[in-house]
Amino acid sequence: MGNVVQRRTRGALRRCPFEVCGNMAGLELLSDQGYRLDGRKATELRKVQARMGVFAQADGSAYLEQGNTKALAVVYGPHEMRGSRSRTRHDQAVINCQYSMATFSTAERKRRPHGDRKSTEMSLHLKQTFEAAVMTQLYPRSQIDIYVKILQSDGGNYSVCVNAATLAVIDAGIPMRDYVCACTVGFVDETPLADLCYAEESGGVSSLALALLPRGGQIALLQMDARLHQDHLEALIEAAMTACKGVSKVLDEVVRQHLQEVSVLTGE
Amino acid sequence: MDLCFEDTLKMKITFGTDYGCCFVELGKTRVMAQVSCELVAPKESRPNEGIMFFNIELSPMASPTFEQGRQSELSVKLNRQLERCLRNSKCIDTESLCVVSGEKVWQIRVDVHMLNHDGNLMDAASIAAITALCHFRRPDVGIQGDEVTVYSPEERDPIPLSIYHMPISVSFSFFQQGTYLLVDPCEREERVMDGLLMIAMNKHREICSIQSSGGIMLLKEQVMRCSKIASVKVSEITELISKALENDKKARKAGGRCGFAESMPQERITALKMDETPVEMTEVTDRANDIVQKAEAPSQTVPSPVVPVPGVGQVGQGLQNTWGLEEEDEEEENDNSGEDEEVKETKMEVEQHDKEGSKQGYYISFFNIKRNVHPKTKIQSLSNDSNVMEPQVLIISPSVCFTVIFKA
Repeated sequence: MGNVVQRRTRGALRRCPFEVCGNMAGLELLSDQGYRLDGRKATELRKVQARMGVFAQADGSAYLEQGNTKALAVVYGPHEMRGSRSRTRHDQAVINCQYSMATFSTAERKRRPHGDRKSTEMSLHLKQTFEAAVMTQLYPRSQIDIYVKILQSDGGNYSVCVNAATLAVIDAGIPMRDYVCACTVGFVDETPLADLCYAEESGGVSSLALALLPRGGQIALLQMDARLHQDHLEALIEAAMTACKGVSKVLDEVVRQHLQEVSVLTGE
Repeated sequence: MDLCFEDTLKMKITFGTDYGCCFVELGKTRVMAQVSCELVAPKESRPNEGIMFFNIELSPMASPTFEQGRQSELSVKLNRQLERCLRNSKCIDTESLCVVSGEKVWQIRVDVHMLNHDGNLMDAASIAAITALCHFRRPDVGIQGDEVTVYSPEERDPIPLSIYHMPISVSFSFFQQGTYLLVDPCEREERVMDGLLMIAMNKHREICSIQSSGGIMLLKEQVMRCSKIASVKVSEITELISKALENDKKARKAGGRCGFAESMPQERITALKMDETPVEMTEVTDRANDIVQKAEAPSQTVPSPVVPVPGVGQVGQGLQNTWGLEEEDEEEENDNSGEDEEVKETKMEVEQHDKEGSKQGYYISFFNIKRNVHPKTKIQSLSNDSNVMEPQVLIISPSVCFTVIFKA
């Protein structure tokens, strides 16, 4: 009991101007025993469930759930440049990404699912991530389209999109340098928390989204919001990389299982 | 990984006459920020917090690549980065902007305009925005029961915003898959870079935002290194900003004239002057001498069997020159002009000039037509003597004036 009181006063102290308020209405993001709001430990990821090849129409598609966040990714390509021919690159393929959220994905109905600044920014980030990972120089003068839609948003939107899109690109048979795995980590009470959920994200916690190519340890995208002291940065990046490697194992398993199923069906 | 970064910080901050107007010059990049405020109804989800609104305008004035009206990718990127840098880091106390909870709050609007694009718009924009916010004064408000009175600046002194910390962004550009790193890239460097890493920090060494863009693969060590460089730069910049704010405060108190017009230096006479470009001139004379010595003596030319008509000359032939100038003087004059720094000139002595004057010789000089002083003096001296024929001046290209001077 004494420990809980201690934490509460520490929470009250946090409301002073020079500290970002970490608790909202008494919600403890990390309890003394090390359990988070949904009962996970600090380094535990949410349950990942994925299926590849959900649409027959598209060249590649995947559906991925990470906890309560659900995303659907569809890939068309590589095909001839459509739209602005002037954007054709003579030596590599152009990757076109579109990120959108379903209007029913958030607690309050989203009035503008795409075209607003946040969605455009997310699309740009996805494009940047996949331009680094996909071997675009094998398909000059062509275009690869990646469409991702969030069906239910419960934190870690960007990471779930990237993971789903990776599976979709693999399903489409487009060669990549490595799996692209992403994870959002936060920093609470000197502890990095892996794979944030919505309640943790909106609690003003410093969150870092990282997209990683696990084998080489190369960072394709790094994005961080909210204040974090410089000394904690290294620990946070380390935690994010470990979490991403965990995600890559899961994705690898999903891909192999899918391949097995498909090969059984085609009778190889 | 090689690390080369600009140590000299060419930054200049000036303020306008109104509170909240600020101009920042980062190298040649110029940015203007203006803060304004308005009483509005608050958001439903946050009834007792003020609203911050950021807007970056990329006007075509800044660069020919910017189009009017279209929200380009760069514009979205910069806007989002500035929002994340300033809003998510909670640098301003929004609760102090509340007037009547649930009904009236202050909406602070920061407009940043790009005036000249010479690279690194993000850094300049973040410095301008935070400086303008520090400079801004909002009108005082008095609440008596249900009545809310907004006092004009004449009635009551306007009060500054409460700012917790100053997040400043620093950009790093990567080249050749991370081999080279440059801080604060200029426009040309931005065009050829592989990718960009933006780190926003405050002077307390707290990172407010990190964003990597472009298709680069980073390593954790590179990010850590960049954050260390960023912390050094940010403390320098924050000092500069505080100094600028102090100076402006003093100037306003002393009643002196302040504002953008005052801060622009008088450039009337030198308005059309271009900055001197440094040209490596240390070894020019040595190299020129080397070239001349190593050049082979040209072969003897045979005069063509054409009968000269009076008034027409030929290379290698002609009447005895009666300029009255000594041959040595002419040679010296030519030599002196070669050492003249103003004139870029390559000389080629085609045939050795004999002091006795028995041989025929001529000089061919190539001049830059703009700086050409030579032929005029020669022509003037020539025109004095009617027996000498005019030198043929052939203009081969606009920048090269080819003068053939005859001597017998």
